[in-house]
Amino acid sequence: MNNILTIFKKELRAFFTSPMAYIFLVVFALINGYFFNIQFFLINESDMRVLFGIVPLVYLFFIPAISMGLISREKSLGTIEIISTMPILERDIVIGKYLAGFVLILLGLLTTLIHYLTLCYVGTSIDHGAVFTGYIGLALLGGVYTAVSLFASSLTDNQVIAFIIGIAIVLLFFMMDKLLFFMPSSLSGVVQFLSTDFHLSNMSRGVLDTRNLIYFGSVIGFFLSITTRILESRKWN
Amino acid sequence: MIQIDNLSKNYGTVQAVDSISFSLNDGEIVGFLGANGAGKSTTLKMITGYITPTSGNVTIDDKNIIDDCIAIQKMVGYLPELNPLYAEMKVHEYLKFHASIRGITGNEFIESLKRVVSECGLQGVVHRTIGNCSKGYKQRIGLAAAMIHDPKILILDEPVTGLDPNQIVEIRGLIKKLGKEKLVLMSSHILQEIQATVDRIIIIDNGKIVADGTSDELISGAQGKTQLHLEISNAEENAIQEMKATMPELHIKDVTKSGENFNIVIEYASGSDPRKDIFNHAVAQSWVITEMRVTEKNLEDIFRNLTGKVNEGADDE
Repeated sequence: MNNILTIFKKELRAFFTSPMAYIFLVVFALINGYFFNIQFFLINESDMRVLFGIVPLVYLFFIPAISMGLISREKSLGTIEIISTMPILERDIVIGKYLAGFVLILLGLLTTLIHYLTLCYVGTSIDHGAVFTGYIGLALLGGVYTAVSLFASSLTDNQVIAFIIGIAIVLLFFMMDKLLFFMPSSLSGVVQFLSTDFHLSNMSRGVLDTRNLIYFGSVIGFFLSITTRILESRKWN
Repeated sequence: MIQIDNLSKNYGTVQAVDSISFSLNDGEIVGFLGANGAGKSTTLKMITGYITPTSGNVTIDDKNIIDDCIAIQKMVGYLPELNPLYAEMKVHEYLKFHASIRGITGNEFIESLKRVVSECGLQGVVHRTIGNCSKGYKQRIGLAAAMIHDPKILILDEPVTGLDPNQIVEIRGLIKKLGKEKLVLMSSHILQEIQATVDRIIIIDNGKIVADGTSDELISGAQGKTQLHLEISNAEENAIQEMKATMPELHIKDVTKSGENFNIVIEYASGSDPRKDIFNHAVAQSWVITEMRVTEKNLEDIFRNLTGKVNEGADDE
């Protein structure tokens, strides 16, 4: 646990000692703010579903970008040899790095709360519960994308390649239920269940179903565990 | 104490390390010498648990690297080749990171920090960003990080590569100082470096150990011939060639004439000493000896003989 915390602190500090975290937070807030507000005042409805539609799109590019270096950079610098020869389990390295990336995403998500305050100020009969579950959904989606991007980062020592692989997998999860049309009907149920959008849409409507929570939890767990295996595999090369 | 038994590592079809065995005792400074690609780094990576042996095992104080990797990593301090560092971190942050993974916090960390800062001479740079430090300082930072938990065993992979001569002398002094209480295993492909720093030398070539001993033992144990350079004047070339008739154990390798003088290179079996006979012969022939010089066999020759390679890169790094 202590080791996870040490790795977590190291990574979070690395985000904030470079301009990376600040650029991410500012641009993330600006893009979400722009796209939310141009629609919010047009539709004239007291809900935040517009935001819950935009953030997953913005995530697609931002999360692979901030997570791409988490492991690949250690590989290219050679510092992977330093942390791998310390008395620390690969699992703890992966979890520590994952949490650092995830917390940065949560901070980004926090910047969008300003729109909730706007809504509270100008809106009427707001469904606070739906906003709450929607945010839970966005946080979990961020968690899935971070786990996928961390996995992509563990595959290579090149950050650009890690970024591209990250986007490709994340896009696959995002697109899955939009491609159902092309799927044989026997597969469509499974594919739909695997897509992130299917689970997210439940939550942004205000439904908090354990099936959705289990889905997000298992995808995160799956990617973190194969990332751990990949880090361990260097021993057997 | 480190015990290495039949350690092998294959990278695909390439056998990087081929069933090597040796043991290292506490308080020894051991140099691991070999040409580039001989298997030095691979062996060190197996000892530190970065890679797992294809076969064989490494045992340190009744713990082995396959079953108790973490326990061994706690005992060992390791400076990898090329000394990778997080350039964006401050020196004290980096040392704190190492200490924290090793469970050293609070006052204990302050004490450890003071110790490594004074041992490695980091006083001026503790609050500096690592990326802004000179190469010599970076090397010491890497060393300080490897020593933050005061390990019994220090493993240093090419610790002086890329340093200037002054920095090399500093690091060499530091390693010698550390070797008084710790077991230090350092690798190098630079002979002079190893010869100047260590008590015992292990030479590895093509993944196999080809020599093991102190530098004196290696030199005296090496089979070979000694060369004698002789410069004489007042002589005839034919008479010089006839010298062999009186002293059959000599092998006259080369005779060159420069002006009045002849330069002669003679080889004879190590252990015998024909210099007196040569002198008497010269007197009998009324030659004048202007120079007589024995070329000692040095470690470099032994290294070349054993590895069959020229010590490439020793000059440019």
